Amino acid sequence: MPKFAPKLSELKKEFEEKPGLLKGDYSDKEWWDIPVEFRDGNWCYPAKPEVLEDIGFANPRKWAPTDGDWKLPDGWEKTIKEGMKSRLERFRSFKLFLDTCVRCGACADKCHFFLGTGDPKNMPVVRAELIRSVYRNDFPLAGKILKGFSGARKLTPEVIKEWHMYFHQCTECRRCSVFCPFGIDTAEITMMGRELLNLIGVNNNWILGPVSNCNRTGNHLGIEPHTFVQNIESLAEDIEDLTGIAVEPTFNRKGAEVLFITPSGDVFADPGVYTMMGYLLLFHHIGLDYTISTYASEGGNFGFFTSNEMAKKLNAKMYHEAKRLGVKWILGGECGHMWRVVHQYMDTMNGPADFLEEPVSPFTKTKFSNAAATKMVHIAEFTADLIKHGKLELDPKRNDHLRTTFHDSCNIARGMGMFEEPRYVLDHVCNSFHEMPENTIREQTFCCGSGSGINTEEYMDIRLRGGFPRANAVKHVREKHDVNSLVTICAIDRATLPALMNYWNPGVTVYGLHELVGNALVMQGEKKRTEDLREDPMAGFEDEEDDED
Amino acid sequence: MKKAFMPLIAVVLLAVIPYVAVQFAGLGFLFGVIIPYAAIAVFIGGFVYRVVDWARSPVPFRIPTTCGQEKSLDWIKQDKLESPSNFRQAAARVLTEVFFFRSLFRNTKAEAHNGPKLAYGSSKWLWLAGLAFHWSMLVIVLRHYRFFIAKVPGFVQILEGVDGFLDVTLPAFYLTNVIILAAITFLVVRRLLDAKMRLISLPTDYFPLFLILAIAVVGIFMRYITKVDVMSVKDLMINLVHFKPALPEGIGALFYVHLFLVCVLAIYFPFSKLMHMGGIFLSPTRNLSNDSREKRHVNPWNPDVKTRTYAEYEDEFRDKMKKANLPVERK
Repeated sequence: MPKFAPKLSELKKEFEEKPGLLKGDYSDKEWWDIPVEFRDGNWCYPAKPEVLEDIGFANPRKWAPTDGDWKLPDGWEKTIKEGMKSRLERFRSFKLFLDTCVRCGACADKCHFFLGTGDPKNMPVVRAELIRSVYRNDFPLAGKILKGFSGARKLTPEVIKEWHMYFHQCTECRRCSVFCPFGIDTAEITMMGRELLNLIGVNNNWILGPVSNCNRTGNHLGIEPHTFVQNIESLAEDIEDLTGIAVEPTFNRKGAEVLFITPSGDVFADPGVYTMMGYLLLFHHIGLDYTISTYASEGGNFGFFTSNEMAKKLNAKMYHEAKRLGVKWILGGECGHMWRVVHQYMDTMNGPADFLEEPVSPFTKTKFSNAAATKMVHIAEFTADLIKHGKLELDPKRNDHLRTTFHDSCNIARGMGMFEEPRYVLDHVCNSFHEMPENTIREQTFCCGSGSGINTEEYMDIRLRGGFPRANAVKHVREKHDVNSLVTICAIDRATLPALMNYWNPGVTVYGLHELVGNALVMQGEKKRTEDLREDPMAGFEDEEDDED
Repeated sequence: MKKAFMPLIAVVLLAVIPYVAVQFAGLGFLFGVIIPYAAIAVFIGGFVYRVVDWARSPVPFRIPTTCGQEKSLDWIKQDKLESPSNFRQAAARVLTEVFFFRSLFRNTKAEAHNGPKLAYGSSKWLWLAGLAFHWSMLVIVLRHYRFFIAKVPGFVQILEGVDGFLDVTLPAFYLTNVIILAAITFLVVRRLLDAKMRLISLPTDYFPLFLILAIAVVGIFMRYITKVDVMSVKDLMINLVHFKPALPEGIGALFYVHLFLVCVLAIYFPFSKLMHMGGIFLSPTRNLSNDSREKRHVNPWNPDVKTRTYAEYEDEFRDKMKKANLPVERK
């Protein structure tokens, strides 16, 4: 059991003793009277001073949320208020979402953190009220006049503590915004909240450490170029041992047709590496002319969880490198927030990518006109198109040891709208696929509970609660259809869902979609396959010698 | 429940003021002419100001919440309403939101059971009550058009005919009167009964509900019980519309209560959450098409950000890159 995880029996008891969604008695209480309490498992380590110095962020110091005094910089109130004003002027979303909420409550029970913690401040409407209450105090004239009446309050260190706690109990998953009659998106509020907090040095090392790494070495994990290459080469060796096929990825190669970018978690972290092996097999299978960059070696973008400027800074590498290498277009791996940034932000931030060509699949001649401006194609679109045109030799029986269900990652679902492609691929690479209940998939999908840069060990208590609605939906198909495999198209999911499954649903393993593609691909000249990419035995492919015994 | 009680008292006080002022102090001109003019000016001016103020802030990024399949490969069916890929589709998305509250129609209710187990049921009561409230309100406002114009237009007569089709009382019983009272009652009661709703509700959530309730109740009173001189009311309104303010004699004081509360609503409107009426059209998660990979969207304030270039990267790692047989730009 991870150190900061609550005991399963205790957490279960908590749910059973307080069966209502709202845990605790709040009669005659107002949310703003409830103090915040930092304890083991509900706060992330703050950024190290050297990390802040490296990226030029405010107020480097040693501190912890459990300290009474957070050592906020002189004039922090002014910094926050001016920061708020500037964001109100720059983001219509922020202004509008502060002004138009009618507190109808439709969002209240839609948040995975609310469902998992029962904490009233995790109702999306209240999360936004945390900022709205300060905004009313200082901004619109009417709010100023009718302070007591309109729920306005002063900006105090207690408010900052509250912001820190609850803007880290939001994974910017946008589920609430699906149900809001005005489309109010708490992700926008949380993004602004986190930007403001970063202005005064209230932060999270799990986000800013990777930001600093990514800036310097090209990826979140801080992997230097030679190690990056070594690691992918060792995956290639594993592939050769397993299949007898020598895949030969190239690095920083000029003149390749396609630049392939995926989250560095796929290169280094278990089980992401098996997804990477799937990509390598696929590219070899079709003979794609591609290269991988060590400089733009990160698909993810933790800058997106700190500020708009930092997101832009980290994202800029993709186009910068594509231009230098002279590729025609970019192919992107499986990742959630990476695709939110690529789909909704990249061209605006760092375009126009007029040095690239409109992506065309060299094998099917399909024009990806939906990516005509960004020139970046999602691997699931690419593979779905290959399958549709019969370009892949697949044996779905090789995944017969897996009974799968599919987890839509929040950003792909609600920040991009890609639902069918991964399902189409999954349907063609395995024989057993069962959907989770309809209120928990597609646009209503539940977050893994650890997105937006909170997938750190010391935050396990909150993560396991926040992930509970997702885990509970998996449990449903596990009981009903004997599902044992949770397939995702997100690197953070691959990093965080294993812990969530071990806790709530032991026996369910987490896979990347292209790992299953890799399992199913029948490679030309391969040796007899008996094991999948994890070296787990495949059902029905046992060694003949065993059969003879 | 101070949060609900305070606004209720406020509305009662606001109702008493014009009654006393007109009945006992003879301030008919103030309440019949000056305040209505002021209110309409504040309403229009304030509404326009708020919308312009929102519009002044740019939309830097294309951030539609995609609630359906995006436009992608030819053989994959796009959900044109939930993931619009052009202006027309996005407009349809916003309009179905405005007229039918489509997002609210999706509403579910989560329940926790032993196990622990979560279950989600359909929950359309808020959608139904919200829709009933807003549509009745619209019909009622349109019906009132007859007071502002000498010859009652055809559409108002049709509306009155449909609304009053039950024809059980004299003057004709209007369905919308009952619907709006029922809907408001539901909207108030749900805020009081549900623990979550009690926590999130502010006095500013109860106030407009009570205010509109009071306006409706007084209106119904005037129509069916304590009747006022309708022709005089119409004279007053037509005079106001033609900017020839003159106060006809003999309008009951109850009318001034009704009118004053409407004025309060109009003045309150632009400075409150009621501006959701304008805001819904501007919401960037609903009114933008999901085509940001296909078409370039420009951020007018796109910041200049110093990035770490490949050259800087190679400078730091050149030796290690060479050892790993990686190609380098400078030897």
